Amino acid sequence: MESPSSHPSSPSNVPSEPANAAVSLHPAASVPAKKGEPVRSPKVEIRDLCFFYGKYKALHDVNLDIHDRQITAFIGPSGCGKSTLLRTLNRIYELYPGQRASGKIMLGGRNLLERADDVNLLRAKVGMVFQKPTPFPMSVHDNISFGVQLYERLSHSDMEARVQWALEKAALWEEVKDKLRQDGTALSGGQQQRLCIARAVAVKPDVLLLDEPASALDPISTQKIEQLITDLKKDYTIAIVTHNMQQAARVSDYTAFMYLGRLIEFGETKKLFMKPAQQQTEEYITGRFG
Amino acid sequence: MSLYTRRRIVNHVGLTLSILATLFGLFWLAWLLWTLFGNGLRWIGPRMFFESTPPPGANGGLANAIVGSAILTLAGVGIGAPAGILAGTYLAEFGRTSRLGAIVRFVNDILLSAPSIIIGVFVYGLIVLRTGHFSGWAGAIALALIIMPVVVRTTENMMRLVPDSLREAAAALGAPSWKVTIVIVYRSALPGIMTGILLGMARISGETAPLLFTALNNQFWSTDMSRPFPNLPAVIFQFAMSPYEDWQHLAWAGALLITVTILGINIAAKMLLKRTKS
Repeated sequence: MESPSSHPSSPSNVPSEPANAAVSLHPAASVPAKKGEPVRSPKVEIRDLCFFYGKYKALHDVNLDIHDRQITAFIGPSGCGKSTLLRTLNRIYELYPGQRASGKIMLGGRNLLERADDVNLLRAKVGMVFQKPTPFPMSVHDNISFGVQLYERLSHSDMEARVQWALEKAALWEEVKDKLRQDGTALSGGQQQRLCIARAVAVKPDVLLLDEPASALDPISTQKIEQLITDLKKDYTIAIVTHNMQQAARVSDYTAFMYLGRLIEFGETKKLFMKPAQQQTEEYITGRFG
Repeated sequence: MSLYTRRRIVNHVGLTLSILATLFGLFWLAWLLWTLFGNGLRWIGPRMFFESTPPPGANGGLANAIVGSAILTLAGVGIGAPAGILAGTYLAEFGRTSRLGAIVRFVNDILLSAPSIIIGVFVYGLIVLRTGHFSGWAGAIALALIIMPVVVRTTENMMRLVPDSLREAAAALGAPSWKVTIVIVYRSALPGIMTGILLGMARISGETAPLLFTALNNQFWSTDMSRPFPNLPAVIFQFAMSPYEDWQHLAWAGALLITVTILGINIAAKMLLKRTKS
């Protein structure tokens, strides 16, 4: 299906633009920099990332940058490795024996894959929201305060304020302000997912990882979540995995197309969808496969 | 014969056999309850709860045996349940795929099906022989050894039912694994774990064989766990085998009491599980 020469990280594909280009470039960035664009600094730099489920290699030398306070979408057919990639960014895969990653993921000047210090501190900085809503079996309020309490000692009133702030960020406050003491699992599916987003936002992470956050929701809830993601961009660097190409096109600034564990194409969303550089990308986004 | 007709016939045969098997089981249970109520109910009175076991020919009750059984059962749960919960937690959260986990699980299954008389003899050798006398503590430890594997099994099963996505969600917030287990997993699995403890309690509250080797019995009122300890099953055993009619009456009453208690605990456990499911 794929020849080595088409591999995005192979040397033949390295663009020759100078290093001081406006957009941070790396081997995988197939979209050249355009003059006059705002300077965008990479928040997360992924270099030669490989991932293994036991002996099975699920990611092959992935290279890309996730830009600060931008939304980066990962698209591709099932099993292409997009969720796997997301799960390396907070090392959540380490919960399972036999899963490992190699390469570098630079965050704040350090390779997070090699951080010897507590992985829990990393996860407090890199929040994650999952495909299926996962409210904890406790009240709406406690769902939010659980994560905050782990790393901050807040007074009662500060905690109340933080809970309200997070719920407002997740556009859920108006709906739940009278039922903060009710069980989080009693909310509707769409509300549960926004509760999970509020929960992740409440700990004030640097990066927010969203793994198909709307795929289990109805269209109205999906619309709310998408609006929410766009609003959150002001403060957070967001990486979102989605099955839904229209969703990627609607919400993201950058898009990465993955296939069979490789990054096929990465660039600004507009360009990737309007004028894809790789034939596979074009075939996928026009619905000819996947 | 069409596939559809065949399937209908197989369905009917299967359903009929299932109903018959259910009726077979219920028949004996109903008979047992009928006999117990028929023979035991008339001997239950206030005296039973306020007076200790009498010598033959005298009036008396079962107060010492009832209280003794309650203490033995609670002490057995108190020793066995925490150990069982911790071991079950290890199996569900840490030893899922490890070799040690597999060994612990296997040994626990053996313990689960060990005849209770073996446990009794074991504790007899371990404690009664060394201390030189029967005691309430020996009885409580024997009961603890019986309830522990039940609690290990139910705790592991109930914790495994908590989806990994919930553990991931808590870990993704930066929660250390001990906190994930205690705050998230225990909270989700608590009704199930409690149900397991209640069912185990129902099981040990009627155990006789291990107590004959450990707590023995005590005809008098006693709450001293370091001495032979009164308990209902041993009293029933002793009185039912006796030639004295008033002892036999007390044995019937005791048997009814213990059965109703176990029935009550089982119903409570079912209700607990049902209430949390809805």
